[in-house]
Amino acid sequence: MQYAVDEKGFYGEFGGAFIPEMLYPNVEELRKSYLEISATPSFKKEFDDLLKHYVGRPTPLYFAKKLSEKYGTQVYLKREDLNHTGAHKVNNTIGQILMAERMGKKRIIAETGAGQHGVATATVCALKGLECIVYMGAVDIERQAPNVARMKMLGAEVRPALSGSKTLKDATNEAIRDWISNPEDTFYIIGSVVGPHPYPDMVARFQSVISEEIKKQLQEQIGRDYPDYILACVGGGSNAAGAFYHYLDDTRVQLFMAEAAGHGIDTNMSAATSVLGTEGIIHGSRTLLMQTKDGQIIEPHSISAGLDYPGIGPLHAHLIKSGRARSFPITDKESVDASFMLSRLEGIIPALESAHALTILEKYDFKADDIVVLNLSGRGDKDLGTFMKYMDEYE
Amino acid sequence: MNKKFENLFEDGKKLLSIYITAGYPSLNDTVPTLIALEKNGVDFVEIGMPYSDPMADGTTIQQSSEKAIKNGMHLDLLFSQIKEARKSVSIPFVYMGYLNQLMQYGLDKFCQACVDSGIDSLIIPDLPMEVYAEEHKAIFEKYNLGLSFLISPQSGEKRIKQADDLSYPFLYQVSSNAITGASSKISDVQLDYFKRIEEMKLKSPKMIGFGISNKETFDQACERASGAIIGSAFIKAVSQEGDLENNIGQFIKSIRE
Ligand SMILES: Cc1ncc(COP(=O)(O)O)c(C=O)c1O
Repeated sequence: MQYAVDEKGFYGEFGGAFIPEMLYPNVEELRKSYLEISATPSFKKEFDDLLKHYVGRPTPLYFAKKLSEKYGTQVYLKREDLNHTGAHKVNNTIGQILMAERMGKKRIIAETGAGQHGVATATVCALKGLECIVYMGAVDIERQAPNVARMKMLGAEVRPALSGSKTLKDATNEAIRDWISNPEDTFYIIGSVVGPHPYPDMVARFQSVISEEIKKQLQEQIGRDYPDYILACVGGGSNAAGAFYHYLDDTRVQLFMAEAAGHGIDTNMSAATSVLGTEGIIHGSRTLLMQTKDGQIIEPHSISAGLDYPGIGPLHAHLIKSGRARSFPITDKESVDASFMLSRLEGIIPALESAHALTILEKYDFKADDIVVLNLSGRGDKDLGTFMKYMDEYE
Repeated sequence: MNKKFENLFEDGKKLLSIYITAGYPSLNDTVPTLIALEKNGVDFVEIGMPYSDPMADGTTIQQSSEKAIKNGMHLDLLFSQIKEARKSVSIPFVYMGYLNQLMQYGLDKFCQACVDSGIDSLIIPDLPMEVYAEEHKAIFEKYNLGLSFLISPQSGEKRIKQADDLSYPFLYQVSSNAITGASSKISDVQLDYFKRIEEMKLKSPKMIGFGISNKETFDQACERASGAIIGSAFIKAVSQEGDLENNIGQFIKSIRE
């Protein structure tokens, strides 16, 4: 595969493991065992069983008739919002908890932005009876309150990250610091295709079930197993990586990423990394990130906590740099518009993150017979507080 | 290699090194801090370039870094401050900072600026040994700049030997499984680890850092190494009300009374 990670953990020039020595033994232990463990029959069986009977996979591939009419093309929604816990995040946490269990780890830590990854981690920890600590930026604790309550309900401890912009980047810093301080018994379940190798590759593999299903479902529904376009939002990039995975080398399929432009890419309130970012290192990975010319990481902004991150995964940096994928910056306002539009047109309330991908339908001129698969990464229950603030405008 | 470090580790004196955050508490405190440290008998200084996302650092250094960045600290300014300090200060300076800032500055240009301003060696905690050995070693050697690599209680014997081989002028021994931060005691587990490393009879002198905060912990670390490095406890001392030089003098005296 042209876009697969190489032996040293790089996608082209991006990736690697730029970590302090204190993390080396942990990351090395995982690097040495992740492929072997996930290839064992017992792992595969438990992973598949849980995805089927616990998560509710396969998720539907739904031909959205009214949406298709509105945009004059053929739109299929991959319904990751229908997963247990409400987003694609659980595909990955199921995989990683089985990994942690097989490596003999007793204590689980995670970072979260929107809280979806935190909830998905708290869920699998409850399932496996493991201690769970979730780091979450103080700002996100505020704006994603329902998910904080869910994590607590599931028995997890939510620890606020108080440094920097108090959002996803800072929660990730805190989780890394926890891991340095607890190297023996602790497994760090990262929530996206970010961080040091092997995380981006491991998470992409667990999420690849999304495109595996898309292939089968398209074959059944339209008699061919590939679309013309796949649309997905990108925070760190895990739902996009999963939706793209089995099509990465299939250039008949165009890959479109929606990034959070916040107030707009020409303001200083944005999180559109592939437009505004330059090459550097964030959370142990060489990738594109938003930074000053002096190399200080810029605090991002997005209405959507799950996209409020100043970097993207190294695979996505490589896809952008090589021209394989194209990025669309989508503003806060556009994503709220799209959320109301989909709710009223199809009866599906999307997560604000996923609504960014929907906006690509407005921005790109798809042809009438184009097959467009849109990865609806999550549902909008967690965002109702935000939507309520805009309700008057959409009466 | 570097002249300033040549004799420092030879005569068996237990060395005290202090970590400072450049541009903290105030932007222009870097130079007076360096002058005061030498005057009070500190053997060498780790000059920390503040970074927005210091993943190996605890709250104290995070907060001092955040403040220093707000104060306006940046790399060119740091180099000019160091040049200024070099007019009167002769103890070795070790630059400590994260890799991203070096990348953005450009490695060659960065090394040149270190040499021009009077930096003697470096600590880059997130630069892995493999990457250094394969990609960067030649550049650092061209400029005669040593690098100290870190070892931790979790490091395996092979890793420790590798770090020992690559490090100059000293090996940085992280005292426990922890990020930076002052702790008031050293545990028996840590003492065993200090002993274990000492018994490996490594080539490089060892400096113990992270969690060294007062006379007691400094002395304990010194029993098994060439010396120790104090960071967060020093940052706390200069964060107090009162005259900077006075605070520095009192703190150093409390370690070396
Ligand atoms: C519903 C949903 N979609 C997308 C994301 C963004 O993450 P990623 O880019 O890794 O898919 C999040 C993150 O919290 C999310 O909750």
